[in-house]
Amino acid sequence: MPSAFKLFALAIGAVVLIALPFIADGIGMPAATTLATSMLIYGIAAASLNLALGYGGLVSFGHAAFLGLGGYVVGILYHHFVSGDPVFGWFAGTNQLIVSVPAAMLVCGLLAAAIGALSLRTSGVQFIMITLAFAQMLFFLFVSLKAYGGDDGLIIRRRNALPGLDTRDDTTFYFVCLAIAAVCWLLLQRFARSRFGVVLSGVRQSERRMAALGFTPYIYKLVAFIVSGMGTGLAGALLANHLRFVSPDTLHWTKSGELMVMVVLGGVGTLSGPWLGAAALVALEAILAAWSENWQIFLGLVLLVVVLLTRGGLDRLLRLLGRRSS
Amino acid sequence: MTALLQVRGLAKRFGGLVVTDDVDLDVHAGEIHALIGPNGAGKTTLINQLSGELAPDRGSVRLAGTVLDALSVGKRVRRGLARTFQITQLLADDTVLDNVALAVQARQGHSFRFLADARRDVGVREAAAGYVTQAGLGDRRDVPVADLSHGEQKQLEVAIALATEPKLLLLDEPMAGLGHSESRQMIDVLRTVKGRVAMLLVEHDMDAVFALADRISVLVYGRIIATGTAEQIRDNAEVRTAYLGEGDS
Repeated sequence: MPSAFKLFALAIGAVVLIALPFIADGIGMPAATTLATSMLIYGIAAASLNLALGYGGLVSFGHAAFLGLGGYVVGILYHHFVSGDPVFGWFAGTNQLIVSVPAAMLVCGLLAAAIGALSLRTSGVQFIMITLAFAQMLFFLFVSLKAYGGDDGLIIRRRNALPGLDTRDDTTFYFVCLAIAAVCWLLLQRFARSRFGVVLSGVRQSERRMAALGFTPYIYKLVAFIVSGMGTGLAGALLANHLRFVSPDTLHWTKSGELMVMVVLGGVGTLSGPWLGAAALVALEAILAAWSENWQIFLGLVLLVVVLLTRGGLDRLLRLLGRRSS
Repeated sequence: MTALLQVRGLAKRFGGLVVTDDVDLDVHAGEIHALIGPNGAGKTTLINQLSGELAPDRGSVRLAGTVLDALSVGKRVRRGLARTFQITQLLADDTVLDNVALAVQARQGHSFRFLADARRDVGVREAAAGYVTQAGLGDRRDVPVADLSHGEQKQLEVAIALATEPKLLLLDEPMAGLGHSESRQMIDVLRTVKGRVAMLLVEHDMDAVFALADRISVLVYGRIIATGTAEQIRDNAEVRTAYLGEGDS
């Protein structure tokens, strides 16, 4: 029975995720917790991209814009909190996670609305190129913004604070990210099956059909793109806190590519795929980079093998194993 | 009596080619109005202009008194103008019932509902099942569209269009590619809804046209050359030379 296997896999996953920091400390590898935090954060980003790319068929090659901008919102708010100058001479900075993360999501949602409203008038290759172009514009904007570090980026000396929790502690921050990731996972699971989700899936399969049913495909694609951008912005805000640093590197087009690789590696349009893909890519990068400077050559090989052999990414691989074991 | 669908002075050209030439057309409530004509006469182009997928150069389309000209495809559907596609446009990954349920869902207003499971909405599923049965696909409702035969896909096109609860249904060659028994079944399905839903039927199968249509219009090179009952069309000299000519004598 695949559903029993699914429950079993979920339970194992939950136990491993909760026990992970303690095991890492126990075996004297506290860096594993930091690595797992990266996996969770990239998982949020990849799962958000998957909402647009996998469910909606909107191949965005510009999601680094949201990852980077989310980080910059945190960085800029922190910068002004430290200096005391108001942001744009208007409102005060902050070091509170409960303010900075929603602010990052809001700003990314607005950016996604603007990018989506224009780029969704096209489709296919044009859509890919326009989303890429917008992300590049943002990249060069932040490179030239000397007030916020330009090329060098912004250092966030201390992680944003949460009342009652010591976010400076890596284990605590890991659990904050785990809780947020769990909420994202549940919400995305609901979205996929909801009325909105079935309409979005319909739009991916045949826009003509959906219009002939009385839907306006554009507006559903736009909302999916906005939600996707907000989710990626959330990941960006957490990533800036995690690394205590944000730079134009997170806005670079290769970062958009990385997010796409995570989705494809894990399984396009699946619920768990992007999370698996993100974890695999972060782990591979850590392992292979320690081994060779040209680690991306090996990454390419792994990607080829997984995509060609499973035809559905890691998610499909797990499903096949599940079917065999039952 | 004013007609349910009123088309006036509709014109469209692709470059130098006139595909719709000053078309006037009325479809009355409850009637099946067949639109016949040789290949390349501009029948599908006309359907696409009525449904809103293609903007005409000139002319006007009214449905039940409402001017549709500035309305998108989706808005026309919500006002009661549904269509089927000659080349089926179905959601191949989903089941028969899923496809029809989406049409029912579309009628219930916007779909910006993010949390509840759409496939567990009993009201929508039961309503959808009714249309599936009506179209003769009752025992195939949980089959993925990709596994349906061509004839079943054509039937599903009709079920989906009916599920939008249209006042007028534009049928673009519903019999195309069907075998004899499948055609009979399609004719039966259309007969059961005849009278409740007006239809503009584009069709090459003359047996089906004469079996179903109350009135027939003949489109040749984008222009309607005759409109009338089956007998009038059969006896019309212009139609005989232009279209029925050699083949039907």
